[in-house]
Amino acid sequence: MSTATAAIKAKQRPGDRVFSGSAVFAGSMILVTLAAVALFLIVQSLPALVATTEEASILPTNFWAYVGPLIFGTIWAAALALLMAVPVSIGIALFISHYAPRRLASMLGYIVDLLAAVPSVVFGLWGIGVLAPAVQPAYTWLVDNLGWFPLFAGPVSGTGRTILTAAIVLAVMVLPIMTAISREVFLQTPVLHEEAALALGATRWEMIRTAVLPFGRSGIISAAVLGLGRALGETMAVAMVLSATGAVTLELLTSVNPSTIAANIALSFPEAYGMNVNVLIATGLILFIVTFAVNAFARWIVSRRKEFSGAN
Amino acid sequence: MSKRIEVRDLNVYYSKFRAVEGVTLEIEPRSVTAFIGPSGCGKSTFLRTLNRMHEVIPGARVEGEVLIDGNNLYDPDVDPVLVRRQVGMVFQRPNPFPTMSIRDNVLAGVKLNNKRISKAEADDLVERSLGGANLWNEVKDRLDRPGSGLSGGQQQRLCIARAIAVSPEVILMDEPCSALDPISTLAIEDLIEELKLQYTIVIVTHNMQQASRVSDRTAFFNIAGTGQPGKLIEYDDTTTIFSNPSVKATEDYVSGRFG
Amino acid sequence: MTTTTRADPNTGSPIANSLTAGRLPTSAPWTILGAAIAIAAAVFGVVAIGSGEGFNWGGALLVGALLYIPSIWLFSTLVEGERRAMDRLVTALVSGAFLLAMIPLISLTITVVTFGLSRFDPEFFSFSMRNVTGEGGGALHAIIGTLLMTGAAAIISIPIGLMTSIYLVEYGRGRLAQGITFLVDVMTGIPSIVAGLFAYALFAIFLGPGVRLGIAGAVALAVLMIPVVVRSSEEMLRLVPNELREAAFALGVPKWLTIVKVVLPTSIAGITTGIMLSIARVIGETAPLLIAAGFTASMNYSLFEGRMQSLPVFVYTQYANQGNPPEAYIDRAWAAALTLILIVMALNLIARLVARFFAPKFGR
Repeated sequence: MSTATAAIKAKQRPGDRVFSGSAVFAGSMILVTLAAVALFLIVQSLPALVATTEEASILPTNFWAYVGPLIFGTIWAAALALLMAVPVSIGIALFISHYAPRRLASMLGYIVDLLAAVPSVVFGLWGIGVLAPAVQPAYTWLVDNLGWFPLFAGPVSGTGRTILTAAIVLAVMVLPIMTAISREVFLQTPVLHEEAALALGATRWEMIRTAVLPFGRSGIISAAVLGLGRALGETMAVAMVLSATGAVTLELLTSVNPSTIAANIALSFPEAYGMNVNVLIATGLILFIVTFAVNAFARWIVSRRKEFSGAN
Repeated sequence: MSKRIEVRDLNVYYSKFRAVEGVTLEIEPRSVTAFIGPSGCGKSTFLRTLNRMHEVIPGARVEGEVLIDGNNLYDPDVDPVLVRRQVGMVFQRPNPFPTMSIRDNVLAGVKLNNKRISKAEADDLVERSLGGANLWNEVKDRLDRPGSGLSGGQQQRLCIARAIAVSPEVILMDEPCSALDPISTLAIEDLIEELKLQYTIVIVTHNMQQASRVSDRTAFFNIAGTGQPGKLIEYDDTTTIFSNPSVKATEDYVSGRFG
Repeated sequence: MTTTTRADPNTGSPIANSLTAGRLPTSAPWTILGAAIAIAAAVFGVVAIGSGEGFNWGGALLVGALLYIPSIWLFSTLVEGERRAMDRLVTALVSGAFLLAMIPLISLTITVVTFGLSRFDPEFFSFSMRNVTGEGGGALHAIIGTLLMTGAAAIISIPIGLMTSIYLVEYGRGRLAQGITFLVDVMTGIPSIVAGLFAYALFAIFLGPGVRLGIAGAVALAVLMIPVVVRSSEEMLRLVPNELREAAFALGVPKWLTIVKVVLPTSIAGITTGIMLSIARVIGETAPLLIAAGFTASMNYSLFEGRMQSLPVFVYTQYANQGNPPEAYIDRAWAAALTLILIVMALNLIARLVARFFAPKFGR
């Protein structure tokens, strides 16, 4: 048995070569683009990492003292948003997949998707113009009556533009993507499992608890992590709604609020000059790394689910 | 317009797995040859090597020679695209192009290759091909309707018309009737009977009555077990295979004792 | 004595169907909801009279709905037992979650339309902000800028995105394809502001710091758009049945012509939909354009020279740099927001119509 014959190759036509060549080129462009994003950000960031307050006027002492509170604010705002968005998105997803009438379901899903189509700058405008004034009385009430609880400590913000309001806007913005993913997973629950539970006399909630939620758990987690990625990187809504002072505080309702990396870049960049630009780019690099890690984690969960899912 | 096929010691692999082993046979021009055998015995795989369609599946490769009128298909300089223009193929499920009308489906082989063709020539080709596939009378009034609107049997004859429109030397048919009802099947079998006057036809079928009705020669393929390569067991005149086979396994298979 | 409690079917129905025994009547949830809202309204009414302020409708409805959740649970526990009560509680919570999400959507729609209409006039669409302080002026320069930059982004990303998806579906095998799939996922997660920083850094290296160009904004948008185009096109190309490719190959059609003339036409409706949705996604991006293209009050038709305004950035700058009188600036911001939302909605709507009406039918 000769092995030489195994090497027979299909002869390539010129048209094929040009076409597949340009397909490979386009694919490689993605490689190049991403490498360029990383490279340019790193090149522009490096000087900022060792800069002092004399070189870059926005630095209090050094770079890490500047970026620390921003990292805290970014994570704190995103975590608050997620805390609100996860239960609500699971609720909406269940409502659409298992409670709403079949004929309405896809329409309701489309309505929730409409939220995703709203540009973030419009959310920002709405957050300042409508949401902040609307929640301010509730904040006052919370501070007056539950002020002993550390998160609700006073004095209350007069405008309502606090980190909690920003987190509410973020939660609304990440709802559609999280709902869409959870809904897809819930709809994939094997009908046999559901019917088995119902046939045993389970109520609808018991059926969901025993069949749908265990099946959808990894889907919910990956939805939450993807939502987290979005919330971390969201810029304009936070930049507009939040009246930030750059403090590190857990208090939700006062006028002293931490800023986020993305919002800080958007607010400071137009007026930045010299080394300050590099400092801002360096904070962007950190944001890039954090969201990259978060998204990689989400993908890892999704791929694990594919392997273990019995449904497909 | 028909050619002789010679296969010499052909092995087909999917990556590491050898699917077909050591096939040697000769197919005469202007004849119908049927490949029969149990599922998974490699007869469809082998059929696809006759026009290098197996290369479409990643990891598939071939050792050995396939000669059409003495020219080896697997010579390093052979362009598989030109091979396929000489050796047409009809598939298990009818697959007309959904974006094209009936007329465009027939002309697909010409138009997709960017060939210029005058309207008169095109009309003539459409009528000849559809006529050759016994479909002309049924569709001549609706040539501009989508091909996917036809019945399953009509779609399959449209696919045959599409295959003969590029004037091949050989037509390969991979279980062309398995997705069709008995009446459409009969129409296709009649058509094969007519087509063999001009073309060399190779047909894979699971239906032994069909093999005995339409073919002149029959090849029986079998596998020793799952994971084993398929082999050509016996190749002879159809009447011999069905009445007086020389191998026991062939007799068991054609008499319905297994498979 | 086991038969005494059974009802005689011939004498009508002395007791109700035994399967409905021990359940709340169908109307009960609605009654309880009505009662809860009534109580909340009463409380808010008293507060309103006491404080002399107006009656807070929104608050009353919200508190009423919140009151309904424990009440339905309580009633159901008493009548139907714990398991049913839990089921009703979850039903209430789940429906509540959906209604909760509707609040921002409805509120946002009403606000944008009411505030946006006050300056939604011909002047808004025919003037720039050049030499305008205070009232008047328009967003024509921003609309032109948005169209130019989004268009340029589309010209960059559609060929790259489409060819990449073709590579992944038709050619890609092994390491390179896996790597590209991975990187497309990574690109999907790039925060928009980072894309803006990248575009700025790229042009700053060649043209010096402080550069703001329309084309830089377009590059930033393209970075955000490419992964969306790749993902959606890839999905659509994979939907094309392999049988069609094989049919074309068997006719002696080369692979590239098969892709161009069979695969692409079959999936063109889905691809168009995906591309339009990706445009709708990037047309509302603010942060990258603020960073890379800057903002200006003047008309700029050139992508390669000077700062370029865009609609989202117009909204932001009008709000952020209010002059005198501030209402004029806020009104312009809302009018631009309304314009932007209308454009995005129109793109979404057209995309869905294309998907519905131009999809080929795989009739079998």
